[in-house]
Amino acid sequence: MGLTIAFWVLGIIIILGALSVVLLRNVFRAALALILCFVAVAGIFITLSADFLAAVQILVYIGGISILILLAIMLTREVQKGSPTNRLRIPALIVAIIFLGVVTYALVNTPWQISAVPPLEPTTPALADKLLGEGGYILPVEIAASLLLAAILGAIVLVREK
Amino acid sequence: MLIGLEHYLILSAVLFAIGLYGALAKRNAIVILMSIEIMLSAVNIALVAFSRYVVPTLLTGQVFVIFILVVAAAEAAVGLAIIISLYRNRQTIETTDVDLMKW
Repeated sequence: MGLTIAFWVLGIIIILGALSVVLLRNVFRAALALILCFVAVAGIFITLSADFLAAVQILVYIGGISILILLAIMLTREVQKGSPTNRLRIPALIVAIIFLGVVTYALVNTPWQISAVPPLEPTTPALADKLLGEGGYILPVEIAASLLLAAILGAIVLVREK
Repeated sequence: MLIGLEHYLILSAVLFAIGLYGALAKRNAIVILMSIEIMLSAVNIALVAFSRYVVPTLLTGQVFVIFILVVAAAEAAVGLAIIISLYRNRQTIETTDVDLMKW
């Protein structure tokens, strides 16, 4: 029962936050709505018993990406001009609605094989074993590290004063 | 009514559609980047829901979400750096005004 209430409340917050990101004219307010949306997504992760991912979502998205977006908005002074739509607003709306219809139809009509096993409760040790343990994902972890290094270097090179 | 896999998947689909509309219809490059982050969040919700309801003890979906987080952080850093250097060179971040490579 509590899970049901939590899902509906968080789901409504997520949808409203995402809609305000897309519809608000003030870019700064849109970024704040995006932060609200990310917090609610972390809550959704908790209802799916993914506790580690909820913490990582708050750390990376709210602590990192949102601050970066707010800084970029302040550095580019586009707040006054707002965020108008381009000429393709109606076609984009049609594409999004068609996408939503097709995906919802496919989701509802697919017989998913739901497992009745209860989920792992503290997921952190199991995830560490998956990522770093024997026969796990150690190679992708190393590649992710080099990707992050390349992204940091690229960002520094791009914004450096000539 | 009990919450099942379909609820989470439909929430994820709605979120993805909103992000898709924003990425296609907006003119401000930062808002487009924010819409792309919304789409990545939608995919994360779908992956965690599959991981929770289909293979509850394997956690494969959650491992994928961790890698998506890494790629999203890298993408945000490089994308915002491109936007800032674009603003420095052309004093605009409206995507309709940036038509250097348009035929």
